Amino acid sequence: MKKLAEVLLSKEKTQEIMIGNWALVRAMIESNVRVITSYPGSPTPEIATAIAQIPVAERPFYFEFSVNEKVATEVAFGASINGHLSCVFFKSVGLNVAADSLVQLSMMELIGGMVIILGDDPGANSSQNEQDNRHFAKMCYTPIFEPSTPTEAYHMFKEAAALSQEKKMPVFLRLTTHVCHYKELIHFAAWDKQEFDQTPRFDVNNGPYVPITTTVFPLKKKALRKLAEVETYSDNSKLNYIKDNGNKELGIITMGLPYYSLLDVMEEMKVKPDILKLGIIYPLPRQMVIDFLKSHKEVKVLEELDDVIERDIKMIAFENKIDVIITGKSDLADWENEYTPDKVKEVLRKQWKQHFPPAEPIDDKKLKLAARPAQMCPGCGHRSAFYAIRKAMGKNDITVGDIGCHSLGFLPPYKIGEALLSMGHSTGTASGMALFNNTRKVISFLGDSTFFHAGLPGIINSIYNNHNHTLIIMENGTTAMTGHQDHPAVGKNFNEVSEKIPIVQMLKGMGITNIRSVDAYQQAKLTTAVKEALAEDGFNVVIAKHPCMLKFSRELAKKKIGTPPKVRVTDKCTQIYQCISVFACPAYQIRPDGSVWVQEDLCIGDGSCKQTCPTGSIESKPLEVK
Amino acid sequence: MSINYNIFIIGVGGQGIGLLSEVLIRAAYYAKIQAKGVDTHGLAQRGGTVTSQIRLGDKAFSPLIPEGKADIVIALERHEALRGMNSHLKNGGDLVFYDAVWQPLDVRLRQVGELQNETIEAECKRRKINYHRVFIDDLKDSRMQNVAVLGHISKHKLIPGIARKNYLQAITDLLKGTVLETNLQVFDH
Repeated sequence: MKKLAEVLLSKEKTQEIMIGNWALVRAMIESNVRVITSYPGSPTPEIATAIAQIPVAERPFYFEFSVNEKVATEVAFGASINGHLSCVFFKSVGLNVAADSLVQLSMMELIGGMVIILGDDPGANSSQNEQDNRHFAKMCYTPIFEPSTPTEAYHMFKEAAALSQEKKMPVFLRLTTHVCHYKELIHFAAWDKQEFDQTPRFDVNNGPYVPITTTVFPLKKKALRKLAEVETYSDNSKLNYIKDNGNKELGIITMGLPYYSLLDVMEEMKVKPDILKLGIIYPLPRQMVIDFLKSHKEVKVLEELDDVIERDIKMIAFENKIDVIITGKSDLADWENEYTPDKVKEVLRKQWKQHFPPAEPIDDKKLKLAARPAQMCPGCGHRSAFYAIRKAMGKNDITVGDIGCHSLGFLPPYKIGEALLSMGHSTGTASGMALFNNTRKVISFLGDSTFFHAGLPGIINSIYNNHNHTLIIMENGTTAMTGHQDHPAVGKNFNEVSEKIPIVQMLKGMGITNIRSVDAYQQAKLTTAVKEALAEDGFNVVIAKHPCMLKFSRELAKKKIGTPPKVRVTDKCTQIYQCISVFACPAYQIRPDGSVWVQEDLCIGDGSCKQTCPTGSIESKPLEVK
Repeated sequence: MSINYNIFIIGVGGQGIGLLSEVLIRAAYYAKIQAKGVDTHGLAQRGGTVTSQIRLGDKAFSPLIPEGKADIVIALERHEALRGMNSHLKNGGDLVFYDAVWQPLDVRLRQVGELQNETIEAECKRRKINYHRVFIDDLKDSRMQNVAVLGHISKHKLIPGIARKNYLQAITDLLKGTVLETNLQVFDH
């Protein structure tokens, strides 16, 4: 088996089994993309994992994790108007952060070309909503391609890049979670490596690039004209095609992974509708849609999430006076969740019951089972912090969570961080909750990567407008939830060692004097610090600091240092279950007789639990380094 | 050979499902069987249930297996074995699980009891599922439970069309040095 970097950089045709995210990197290289930027977010961070496999000096492009999605978009934009083909990728809700700049792109003459990869998340596998970013494509006058498989993602990226270069316009490539992570054997073309012309070719004569007042209208017109040209392109593109099952009655229009779900479901349907499979979702291949509607009596628009295409297709039918029944969403359930084979079957069966064999009887004798939600890892500093913070809080105090591993604090038994909007929202939301409020203390939380990403404006606002709440920064030295990417306080960027930007000094620079920084494992100290902070008026900050222990223990293992001896419960234990019910480290397990034991596969020997046992029955020893 | 076979893998984040799934998909490749797969990532990495799904043959379209259509459920934890069986295993299929226990929160909070093997065995009997419990008493490193399960699957030829040599080729692709050696010992246990 070849190393991933060899496959990605192969000049010859090659093949490998890999996920969609990795295949995109090969497509970027074949397209001779010069600048790639991102902010980590599921389901897309594995694109960067693949990039990291290529040594910096051998990368035929520049890559950075920018501080947030908006900056990432701007860096890619800057590169493009200097003549370099660029690409930015981020998760679904990342687009909201990028939007302020992103909506401008279609008005700009992107002389180098620019592809925006979106990782949408139907099913909300790792996001705070299921937002359908196809809406954005319309608002941004930007074409959107949607692959169904890793192989399609690879091919579509190359087509999107070529279109973007030709029209000098942005193009979206929208993947959904299970296309990003879908793994199959992919056949790659040869790579025609081109000499890199580094000349900065920015020229205002290509623009204008300043959309102010009356200059907006010609720019907008230009954007719309390009979009109209892409409609013709869409009609002639092989990315949209018909699977002809010889059915003159029924047709289905679909796209993305739901297309393959549909093929699975059709295996058991009594009739086989024709399928119009869309690869370009916007602008639609109008003529193709007209022909498809005209050649069927009933057409179902099978569309994951919102009714974006359904409305367009109904409009096309109306404008062209086509006599056809068009159906789309039939009830609210059709709007939610991923269109897996099971979901597609449920959606189609509601409408076409007669075309399905009778449903198999439900086995109601199946055994019930406890759920297993995500939780903080053994040794996690956040667990220690929540345990200590809870002790400092009044019963009715309010906690406002934010995005990151510490979001999991809302789960029992901690129940800390009970309102959540978006990255960096916490200080703003907390400020609002503190208004007219003299009875319930308000605490907001932020992770360290989010501090830089979108946390700063809310903090500055709290200082500037003198809001009354306590911010607790849960500093673990990494962007943990998305797979341990570095951030500006770490002292490393994606490519090299960088100047550390220390959070404490930044806060001091903003004029915050009452900052309390405590290691989260020092629970008593942290409880005191939070108590003191809550007793003060105005805005103040506590930093609950401990390195991410998942990252730390992996590093120990890699360096073959080993982990400390596992924690042990001694026979002093009186079974009051503080370790399980209040501290809730998953390593603590319970025997049928009620006694407590430590699951050694889970325990990392950190001993942060020791201080939580009132009877002193937890025994832990530090790591002896030979 | 025409194959149409679905493999549903389930466990808890951190148990090494990724490697297990990677070996299986590569073994299928070496056996010249068309294969596709998908893992669940993201939040679930943090101690929640994780799954990986692999579909073999040209009659599989989505990488996601419809409920109740898995021919085999491979689990790395006892509770997850039942969970995978409930959601995806067809009646008459194979359940292979490593008998590790990572209690879910509700069990630890004593709201429900720990699941017992006899319960799973009885449920298998009711649904005519072949019950395969794997457990190695002196397994030195819990991270090799996945390879122990693979060894069992290979020895009993549970996946049609994939032979021992295919598994070995795949494992040799993915692991190196002493890690490979110790894993091969566990594979042949």
